[in-house]
Amino acid sequence: LSVQKRSVQSTAQSQPDFTEKHSNMNSQPDNGHQQQADNGSKPQGPNQNHKPEHVDGPETHNLPIPIPDPPIQYTQLFINNEWHESCTGRKIPVYDPATGKLLCEVEEADSEDVDKAVRSARAAFQIGSPWRSMDASDRGLLLNKLADLVERDRLLLATLEALDSGKVFLMAYFVDLIATVKTLRYYGGWADKIQGKTIPVDGEYFTYTRHEPIGVCGQIIPWNFPVMMFAWKIAPALCCGNTVVIKPAEQTPLSALHMAALIKEAGFPPGVVNVVPGYGETAGSAISHHMDIDKVAFTGSTDVGKLIQKAAGDSNLKRVTLELGGKNPNIVFADCDLEYAVEQAHSGLFFNQGQCCLAGSRVFVEEPIYEEFVHRSVEKARSKVLGNPLLPGVEQGPQIDQKHFDKIMELIESGKREGATLECGGSAWDQQGLFIQPTVFSNVTDDMRIAEEEIFGPVQQIMCFRGTHEVIHRANATHYGLAAGVFTNDIDKALTVSSALQAGMVWVNCYNAMSAQCPFGGFKMSGNGRELGEYALQEYTEVKAVTIKISQKNS
Amino acid sequence: VKSFLGSPFQLCTLMFQLFINNQWEDAASGKTFPTINPATGEVICQVAEADVADVDKAVKAARDAFRWGSPWRRMDASHRGLLINRLADAIERDSAYLAELETLDNGKPYAISYTVDLPTVVKCFRYYAGWADKWEGKTIPIDGDYFCYTRHEPIGVCGQIIPWNFPLLMQAWKIAPALATGNTVVMKVAEQTPLTALYVASLIKEVGFPEGVVNILQGMGPSAGAALARHMDVDKLAFTGSTEVGHLIQQASGSSNLKKVTLELGGKSPNIILSDANMEDAVEQAHFGLFFNQGQCCCAGSRTFVQADIYDEFVERSVERARRRVVGNPFDLKTEQGPQVDQEQFNKILGYISSGKREGAKLMCGGGVAADRGYFIQPTVFGDVQDNMTIAREEIFGPVMQIMKFKTLEEVVTRANDTKYGLAAAVFTKDIDKASYVSNGLRAGTVWVNCYDVFASQAPFGGYKSSGNGRELGEYGLDNYTEVKTVITKVPQKNS
Repeated sequence: LSVQKRSVQSTAQSQPDFTEKHSNMNSQPDNGHQQQADNGSKPQGPNQNHKPEHVDGPETHNLPIPIPDPPIQYTQLFINNEWHESCTGRKIPVYDPATGKLLCEVEEADSEDVDKAVRSARAAFQIGSPWRSMDASDRGLLLNKLADLVERDRLLLATLEALDSGKVFLMAYFVDLIATVKTLRYYGGWADKIQGKTIPVDGEYFTYTRHEPIGVCGQIIPWNFPVMMFAWKIAPALCCGNTVVIKPAEQTPLSALHMAALIKEAGFPPGVVNVVPGYGETAGSAISHHMDIDKVAFTGSTDVGKLIQKAAGDSNLKRVTLELGGKNPNIVFADCDLEYAVEQAHSGLFFNQGQCCLAGSRVFVEEPIYEEFVHRSVEKARSKVLGNPLLPGVEQGPQIDQKHFDKIMELIESGKREGATLECGGSAWDQQGLFIQPTVFSNVTDDMRIAEEEIFGPVQQIMCFRGTHEVIHRANATHYGLAAGVFTNDIDKALTVSSALQAGMVWVNCYNAMSAQCPFGGFKMSGNGRELGEYALQEYTEVKAVTIKISQKNS
Repeated sequence: VKSFLGSPFQLCTLMFQLFINNQWEDAASGKTFPTINPATGEVICQVAEADVADVDKAVKAARDAFRWGSPWRRMDASHRGLLINRLADAIERDSAYLAELETLDNGKPYAISYTVDLPTVVKCFRYYAGWADKWEGKTIPIDGDYFCYTRHEPIGVCGQIIPWNFPLLMQAWKIAPALATGNTVVMKVAEQTPLTALYVASLIKEVGFPEGVVNILQGMGPSAGAALARHMDVDKLAFTGSTEVGHLIQQASGSSNLKKVTLELGGKSPNIILSDANMEDAVEQAHFGLFFNQGQCCCAGSRTFVQADIYDEFVERSVERARRRVVGNPFDLKTEQGPQVDQEQFNKILGYISSGKREGAKLMCGGGVAADRGYFIQPTVFGDVQDNMTIAREEIFGPVMQIMKFKTLEEVVTRANDTKYGLAAAVFTKDIDKASYVSNGLRAGTVWVNCYDVFASQAPFGGYKSSGNGRELGEYGLDNYTEVKTVITKVPQKNS
């Protein structure tokens, strides 16, 4: 049960020398794999090589730089505040998607390990346990302490996150880590504000409600925002007083295991949080079928979401919350600020290599500005800088893994085949690795696969529309309902469209505007329940109504 | 725990001034007044004395900090929360120093300052820090083709006048919710106990609150307090203190700009002991509920109603407990009771004791001065107290316990409610029906069952009747510092 001290350097073939890599990328201008000949994109695009143009610009001097050769200290299962080897002895290889190199191996949890973790979470949840008898304000204090520790280790966590998931380091540092800290602090504040009510019931009774924790919560999180999803899941669960068995994605276990160490350091009692990296079909399935898990929260694909719901039905009717896929409409009216809308639609799709359930992957543009909008969107996509996500100036890293890369490429091919106009991109970038060129399709019709299926990659679909009612109808014609955007300066259009869209979040003149205070979740097959905000507290509490007979009621 | 007496006290000279716009300033008049160590009667130091001109200046600073577009108004609510949390961290860091200063200036035992007042202050700040970004408006399904939502906006410049019995804690109760909701503050601290509030002012600056958000003045009620209460540019006034001054505050609002007023005033709180209660526990809790903080608590259980069949034993045990109470140097860690806060209070309490004897209550113990210097009074217990005696009707605010006898529940609820006050109350019983009957029947803002003086940042506190107006602490405390704005927007067509 010793804490493994291991660095990237000590593992097999993993010595990313960032300085060298940096020069390497600059010295290989021919690796661009540009596909102008194939895709017909215009050769005078602003940055067709997707290379950093001035990585040593003055504005980069004050930016944080990733830790070279970061230590990977934690590679085991975290159960009962101790580090464990897996019962099967199996390990998961963890790769850097930017280079394909093995970073390390982590212990692979399977059903026996999940059982162990659940037993520890159950013991921590016993009536009279330190965790159950703790003041709510002290739970809040622990969450705040954890936030302090994440802030302290921000550079390391951001580096691990970029290495492990391929996301741009500065995004990890400025977006993911900040959001993680803020989420922990936000729910730290809620812990002693989850208030029951006293209720004026009929008759000679006194009734009050207690908002009690549900119990042992299984949580299964994806690879696209590993540490942020970890915080989104554990923070509300812990603030309400639950215990947790969390399974990070097999692609990205490293930040979660570091968080586990911080949880112990912050002083959470043993068993309150257990972290079990593993695969969906084994460890994930064991969690969702477990008879002693009271609630399961899942973020991931709609396909797997269905399996989770079924597993709850097949087992103990555990409570289920789901945050699933999306095919989110972003509606741009002709009266908007065009340049701003282009920028927002671009980042709304391409952020995080397009690997966002929120991605605005159906951009509906009003006819009078359609051509200009497409033109400017293509310019933006072409200027995007690809490369190793740890390097300054890089805006887009690799996709997460080969399987996902292949899926995106397959959907791009279907777009070409079904007659959409490929405006730029459309193929892989760099000879090795999992990079895909920023891709824009115009003349997309609603029945094409790229307009119906979640691509989860850097592929933007731009459709044309004429009227408000038409676009509302088309935007809602999907089984998804996660998010939507509308760009207009007209208050009536803004209010009409935002009311009519079937989506859990609607952004008006902005996109991807998220905060810990604001609820997040999906209509229809995009999910069930809400995360973040006060609403998330409902997902982690059971309400108990206590009614006491009294001799005489008075107001 | 280091002892004050062993080490030279490092008083920052800046702390003698007024704190306006994050700067230290002398009073416009140049006047100062002494603050006294109540354990010795000696002067600790001279501090600047605020008057009308200083109040004007502080209000201007607070108004400027509140202007549309200011750093404070533009700040994320979560960042307001972060600043309040940092203030809690700084106070926690300096707890030992603040506790010493509190004891020096107020006379409360250091063991209490350090283990009760300071942790409670820190918890209060942390609690409201969490609320900053959780004070949510609503969207409301009104009739017609409209979209309606509410914004919870800060009221503006808040005047806050606090008493001397819990100087740090009252400061926290007042400024934490005001700042969490985004207001700016001009606080007048009690002239008896200005020192800790001024030290906290330096921490407010240290942790990075923008200029003018909190301004702290020490001065007299009739001058600085009155100037704040009738100021035409103060939007809200919160006062904790006597019911008599509460009347003046409300009047001042009426004769000036109708500023919103919240009041936490006096009490004559009943503590009802039924014969089935755990005797030992009830005696100890009733003792604590009255004598805590030298009896200088607005919620002191100063009318202890004891059921007839246990009355004699209860009185006997209470007297025995009062006799054991350790009175002395507040820096001695064994001390349970320090001096009263000043000569005026000391005289007033001794006057009440005389009236009790004169009106025929039975003095069971104490009743006199406890030391040859400083403002120490012996723990005093009166038996056979009748409801019409002065000591049973007026707030004594000292270590003087009145024990009355009752027979039935109906009788005791009626007698307990027969007062203009309605701050707190308690009932001790093992019977669930009696507990709910009495707790529902009492006209008081807080009712404790089988406990007394249980305070938490999360639970609201405030008075019925002449004990006050509004509630502090808890989510309820946010209402005191919020204007609700309803925004209604016409829409082309409403849909659910």
